[in-house]
Amino acid sequence: MAKRTLRVGYPGNYREVEVDSPDAEPAPWDADSKLAVVGKRSPRLEGADKVTGKAKYTADVKLEGMLIARVLRSPYARATVRSIGFAKALKMPGVKAAIEIAKAARFQGDPIAAVAAETEAQAEDAVRAIEVDWAVEEHVVDLEEARKPNAPRVQGGKNPNERGGEAQNTAAEEACSSALKKSHATVDITFTTPVVTHSCLESHGSVAKWESDGSLTVWDSTQGIFAVRDGLARGFQLPAEKVRVLKEHMGGGFGSKLGMGQHSMIAARLAREAKAPVKLMLTRKEEHLAGGNRPSSVQRVRAGADKEGKLTCLWLVSHGTGGINGGANCAAPLMSLYNCPVRRVWHADVMTNAGGAAAFRAPGHVQGMFALEGAMDELAGKLGLDPIEFRKKNDSNEMRHAEYGEGAKVAGWEGRAQLPNAGGPGKARGLGVAASIWGGGGGPGAQARCVISRDGAVEIQCGTQDIGTGTRTIIAMIAAEELGLKADQVRVKLGDTTLPYSHGSGGSMTAPSVTPAVRAAAAAARGRVFEACAKALKGNADSLTAKDGKVVAKDGTSISWAEACAKISGANVSEQATRAQNFKGYRDGTAGCQFAEVEVDLETGHVQVLRVVAVHDCGRVVNPLLAESQINGGIIQGLSYALFEQRILDDASGRMLNTNFSDYRIAGPKEVPEITVVLFDVSNGRTNTGVMGIGEPPIIPTPAAIANAVAHAIGKRISDLPITPDKVLAALGKK
Amino acid sequence: MTSPFTFWDARTAEEAATLLSKKGAMALGGGVDLLGEMKEGIRSPEHVVNLRSIPGLDRIQKAERGWRIGATALLTDIADHADLRKDLPGLAEAAAAVATPQIRNQGTIGGNLAQRPRCWYYRSADFGCVKKGGKGCPAEKGENRYLAILGGGPCYIVHPSDCAPMLVALDARLFLRGPAGARDLPIADFYDLPSKNALCEFTLKPGEFIEAVEVPAAPSRSTFVKLREKDSFDFAIAACAIAGKIEGDHFTEARVVLGGVAPIPWRSASAEANLLKNTIADAVEPASNSAVEGAKPMSQNAWKIPMAKAAVAQAIRSFLPR
Repeated sequence: MAKRTLRVGYPGNYREVEVDSPDAEPAPWDADSKLAVVGKRSPRLEGADKVTGKAKYTADVKLEGMLIARVLRSPYARATVRSIGFAKALKMPGVKAAIEIAKAARFQGDPIAAVAAETEAQAEDAVRAIEVDWAVEEHVVDLEEARKPNAPRVQGGKNPNERGGEAQNTAAEEACSSALKKSHATVDITFTTPVVTHSCLESHGSVAKWESDGSLTVWDSTQGIFAVRDGLARGFQLPAEKVRVLKEHMGGGFGSKLGMGQHSMIAARLAREAKAPVKLMLTRKEEHLAGGNRPSSVQRVRAGADKEGKLTCLWLVSHGTGGINGGANCAAPLMSLYNCPVRRVWHADVMTNAGGAAAFRAPGHVQGMFALEGAMDELAGKLGLDPIEFRKKNDSNEMRHAEYGEGAKVAGWEGRAQLPNAGGPGKARGLGVAASIWGGGGGPGAQARCVISRDGAVEIQCGTQDIGTGTRTIIAMIAAEELGLKADQVRVKLGDTTLPYSHGSGGSMTAPSVTPAVRAAAAAARGRVFEACAKALKGNADSLTAKDGKVVAKDGTSISWAEACAKISGANVSEQATRAQNFKGYRDGTAGCQFAEVEVDLETGHVQVLRVVAVHDCGRVVNPLLAESQINGGIIQGLSYALFEQRILDDASGRMLNTNFSDYRIAGPKEVPEITVVLFDVSNGRTNTGVMGIGEPPIIPTPAAIANAVAHAIGKRISDLPITPDKVLAALGKK
Repeated sequence: MTSPFTFWDARTAEEAATLLSKKGAMALGGGVDLLGEMKEGIRSPEHVVNLRSIPGLDRIQKAERGWRIGATALLTDIADHADLRKDLPGLAEAAAAVATPQIRNQGTIGGNLAQRPRCWYYRSADFGCVKKGGKGCPAEKGENRYLAILGGGPCYIVHPSDCAPMLVALDARLFLRGPAGARDLPIADFYDLPSKNALCEFTLKPGEFIEAVEVPAAPSRSTFVKLREKDSFDFAIAACAIAGKIEGDHFTEARVVLGGVAPIPWRSASAEANLLKNTIADAVEPASNSAVEGAKPMSQNAWKIPMAKAAVAQAIRSFLPR
């Protein structure tokens, strides 16, 4: 380890820290680093391919002799299969294979069987021809019904539907009661949020092909090619190297594609059975039913503050349902954002006969922040404090303090008091704020290889995947920076499990985990080029630099990159590096805050978000264009959650009613507000690149900020998402 | 889920009528509605007869009697027709309010008028109901937040068309063609309440299809207001079409028709009376209140009453001098 002194912090607030970084790695970038490529606005490298249709997604994969699979899914919320008959289906034209998947359905959409046929229509017909004798059982899909002692047991037997809630903690309860009693002001509000689905434009899907040597190749719409590889290897009892998973381009995952999905196993099983490649892409209805979701929540928040506006107590009792899965906990923001001497949280996951939850962009945080920041605004109101001032009094993150200051300026916070009347007759405007908090520092283990050929061609190989965030482009930029080239001179190979290992793309971990490995690999390969061409430049390799497409000696003499690479003996140089542990640098985690301005139509209850000002930090910003794109996407998805999206189930049948994009509303062009992004470029000194993730932070504060803006506009708090016209009319006393 | 069918390109209206007389035949316009039903498996025609292959059936023309719009005229072309927009602004607004640009580029006026309801119980093959020839209405005790507040029972759908209420307000006539020849009727008579016919919102005899719609030439003012949850793409929560004549500060003739609140385009006689006996400014309150007279909300849809009032109020206010 080498001791290095780095300048860390953000503009106007820098300091020096000493870090231990691995000897083999290039010196970490810090605030003083002058970079030529990194930090510049650069279009996505694959952008042209995507808009011209040249980019191939999983659904576009077409193989010789490929069959199409369809799945028979349970039409019942809960049922068992007494018997199942494939004879009729197998006799239908074009049908090549049929498999049984399960004998019991725990929710509408649970897969029971599947077929593969020459065409999609044949496969659909064959699915309908499968003869099933169903034994329909009692179900429960309603959150509160499922908590009752006599509710049908979702997992059978005596398993309670409610789980995870710890036993009474009397001491903690008493501490809270006493703190709240002593508080100058308190609030007690129950917030509720719906189940929403990921609704990725590219559905889940796989194309599976068995090779003649018994190995398996799978094109999969996944955020984690190695997770799919390992899952398939386990499922078929194959060594991992016998399974190859590919993912070139991605049409959205948002957490729902982190692990191996059932569709991958189904496609591979059918392919083995049919002795032909099989494609299985889920339909929109299947996506809504079985593609994962964000669990619902009911969060009762009690909070207190003293006369000075310091929090005295934060208390959260919550429950929610992720269907047949857990994962509804949303206490993290309340536990981590503010300083508070007394805290208590209690949470229970409630099992219901509905599609299972999956990680969804900032799991728990979106729901939790909506409740916490709603309670904070109400408490600020009771204390007669400005919402930002109140927040600052209880938040010791200096980054976020600075971000509030900048955001307030851009959003016009000082004119807030006059805003409600600014919309004209029949309209009310409001401005709300909310904080973000997330990790996003990445972790060790990601690997990258840099191959430099004698003709000067550069290739970075990394088994990560670009889930639409621009990973491919930032990898090229990092390597180009290190090699003195332009980003489009670097070829990036990713999305293939035969490449060096990298993690699944989740938790805003990809950029911070991958870029240090890429930089270290590029630096090592560059060293090899320097060694090869040192003689030509009459210097030793240590004194050379790579800059503007040239290799430059200390005395200023230079040769072109191509000339330098021509000195490589053999075909190429190849260096691999593994991402090290984070150093103890400036600060862990990202801050951020957002301001939303809304206009409410007092006659129709319609809410229009006029503007969002988003202030975020993500360490070193590799490419502002891509970072802003992530933030735009987070805001639009958050707005959609705040105002439109909800899974609607029919209690009596346990079936979902809005399984399309007409009834399941997602914000469209007319709903998208003016978005102003303010990025804080932070030198965090925690890796050799100092990059942090920005995938999740921008969705976290949006619903909270919008809800706070609506409350500011109409003077009534709507604590139940989505904020639809019926709820606004009810709050206005018009229903 | 689509079942096999035979596809026919009709060359003439007469040929279409003959083809549509086949058992299990259905007319195809833009396919926006029919294909959705076929894919869900709630409709399985044996013959699909394409009307867009009939030359000239998409014509939009002004004649002495008024505007005649062929059944396969695209909603986009109606919305963008400069002369029509001058004469019938409400109809252009209604056509422009439908769905999304892509759907308007594909959807036809005939299909818009004969489209089937959006009730999610009706649209799902997993549920039986009175509209699909079964028993009862699962929405009565289920999820009914978007369903009818007026004219419901035994089925509570709302009529999904934006153009239909506007055309009722404009007193349009519908021209139908069938194997026995042509007939025409006021468009209001085309639609039936579920109490009369729960299976279908309109009556077409075997082999019949919509050939054209005609809007009389009488000079009129018109407007269409549509309230949605999501502006980019939504069916109406409530809509209001008004057509009439204005002299000075009041209406001398007026038709007020609501969309999205009843199983058929819902004409309100008392809203019209209130509109006629007041100045436009003074009519806003009484006309919008009376438009929802007799509303019987279900368990979740009472909020549509203030929405319907707001649609009427906005429509009336649009005639006030700015």
